[in-house]
Amino acid sequence: MRIKNHPILKFEFGRKVKFTFEGKEMYGYEGEPIGAALHDNGVMVLRQSIKLKRPRGFFCAIGHCSSCLMEVDGESNVRTCVEPLKEGMVVKLQKGKGTLK
Amino acid sequence: MIHQVPMLVIGGGPAGMVAALQALEAGVDVVLIDDGIEIGGQLIKQTHKFFGSEMEYAGTRGFQIGNLLTDKLFSFDNFKYFGRTTATGFYEDGVVTALKDNKEYLKFKPEVILIATGASEKPLAIPNCDLPGVYGAGAVQTLMNLYGVMPGKKALMIGAGNIGLIIAYQLLQAGTEVSAVVEAMPCIGGYLVHASKIRRAGIPIMTSHTITEIEGDACVERAQIVRVDENWQPVPGTEKWIDTDLICVAVGLTPLIDLLWMAGCEMKYVAKLGGEVPVRNKQMQATIPNIFVAGDAAGIEEASSAILEGAIAGLGMANFLGAEIADYDEKHNKYWNELNSFRSGPIGQRISEGLKFVLS
Amino acid sequence: MLKQTGIPTKEDIEKILPSKQRREKGAYVVIECFEEIPCDPCTAACQYGAILQMENVNDLPEADYEKCNGCGICIGLCPGVAIFVVDETYSEEKALIKLPYEFTPLPNKGDVVPGLDRAGEEVCKAEVIRVQKHPSKTNIIWITVQKELAHEVRFIRIPEI
Repeated sequence: MRIKNHPILKFEFGRKVKFTFEGKEMYGYEGEPIGAALHDNGVMVLRQSIKLKRPRGFFCAIGHCSSCLMEVDGESNVRTCVEPLKEGMVVKLQKGKGTLK
Repeated sequence: MIHQVPMLVIGGGPAGMVAALQALEAGVDVVLIDDGIEIGGQLIKQTHKFFGSEMEYAGTRGFQIGNLLTDKLFSFDNFKYFGRTTATGFYEDGVVTALKDNKEYLKFKPEVILIATGASEKPLAIPNCDLPGVYGAGAVQTLMNLYGVMPGKKALMIGAGNIGLIIAYQLLQAGTEVSAVVEAMPCIGGYLVHASKIRRAGIPIMTSHTITEIEGDACVERAQIVRVDENWQPVPGTEKWIDTDLICVAVGLTPLIDLLWMAGCEMKYVAKLGGEVPVRNKQMQATIPNIFVAGDAAGIEEASSAILEGAIAGLGMANFLGAEIADYDEKHNKYWNELNSFRSGPIGQRISEGLKFVLS
Repeated sequence: MLKQTGIPTKEDIEKILPSKQRREKGAYVVIECFEEIPCDPCTAACQYGAILQMENVNDLPEADYEKCNGCGICIGLCPGVAIFVVDETYSEEKALIKLPYEFTPLPNKGDVVPGLDRAGEEVCKAEVIRVQKHPSKTNIIWITVQKELAHEVRFIRIPEI
């Protein structure tokens, strides 16, 4: 969900773009972190932890914590909190450690 | 290819930006690298008006200071910026490696380097603290203040330092309900004016309380808080469950000093400055002569002091490179007077005491 | 108390109020800044010089109530959102309070809204007299309340529509 009226800030959103998450079509703004767009679409669980398979979400937002690693356009371990969203991106939950292309 | 550069700034927060500006004004070519999507560090997420005095842009909101500094930087032709670029290593031959856009490896060989990498957040180790819906304070600010995304509907803030208090207020401004600010210490750690403005808006500040457990299926659904006694022990019978979908962790910061370690700078553990910090002189020069430090990486403090430290370091670096600065002493002393004055109150006492161990 | 809860006590407030004689003369500033923090924009905010210069940036602000006319320009310039103006001479029964407000939506003139005390508890219904939009987005809301609440009410809540 987006903030509708903010008393201080005026948000300048990029172009609206379509992407998919687990095959489902979603919209976000170009250039914002993939993780932020997913959050807006109500997607909270971004990956499963490797060993105990626990759900993990958006946590540090600066690319440090590894909580938001996902598969994007076939590439594993993309830090979706710092990776800008682009038109047509295919975003998937990553199983395990991912694979090298 | 190795980029031979006179001055490399690592970190585009307030300290790095101001240091770069000082050097640019002295005619030095500056390269700044930053790992964020946008330049500005934490500054561009701050919606409150800054404290301090005129030199630290007091009265101006943080994000506006960020915009101001950014515009100034890009007005210089001899300024070069690499965004989404993470410094990954510091080598014996003085080469700094960096990864740009997650793809391209860059090498820099600077004559002088500023390490203004900021800080990382301290985690909270309690059951289920890894569930989605538990966020570091910076992440909550990123979502709501940079990208206009509501981080949750009903928040619980952990920590009543300035960051916790400020973000509780920002959550209200964004339209999120805030159940309480929980603080294990017996007193509020942040500025009392920040505390009062959220209290009168109806957010209870629960000092001597801590969070003990989080519950939820796939995401955070509720959290247990409890009162603690003077020995930090939970008081039985005071446990209380609060429904929440957002737990914001603001329990302190630690300097990000990996590169300083890698370079072999002398470090000391100073709890009052947030952890391991570099030994430095009054130019903000570390024990390796061509490495300077400023901002939270040199010790956890305020953005206002990061601005002043950045100014001192940038000036010192330009001087180190032999730039002609006619009024060097005057400027250096002016920035120090301002910084000392900023730190001279009861709040700054902790910092001043900590600095005794590392500032020569 | 203030350090535990964020709520200034009655004693805290009494210390910063002007004399009874001054309060009976008209509007005056109430600076609810009780802690020495490095901050001084208020000293430059007042064009009448009613907020005294500080020797040290950490000093507590101090008002010269003879110079203060209660205009409220300083309200929008305090980074701590801690300055208010009170006029106890507004009418026979009512006092006027000008308070800083950084939320949306803004109330409208004539609205009757819950008046909250420093703990965020509703203590009365307050009437909105004027909404001053400030360029810094710290807007200033003028409300009237019963006189005895002039030093109780410090915030308003806009009920959801």
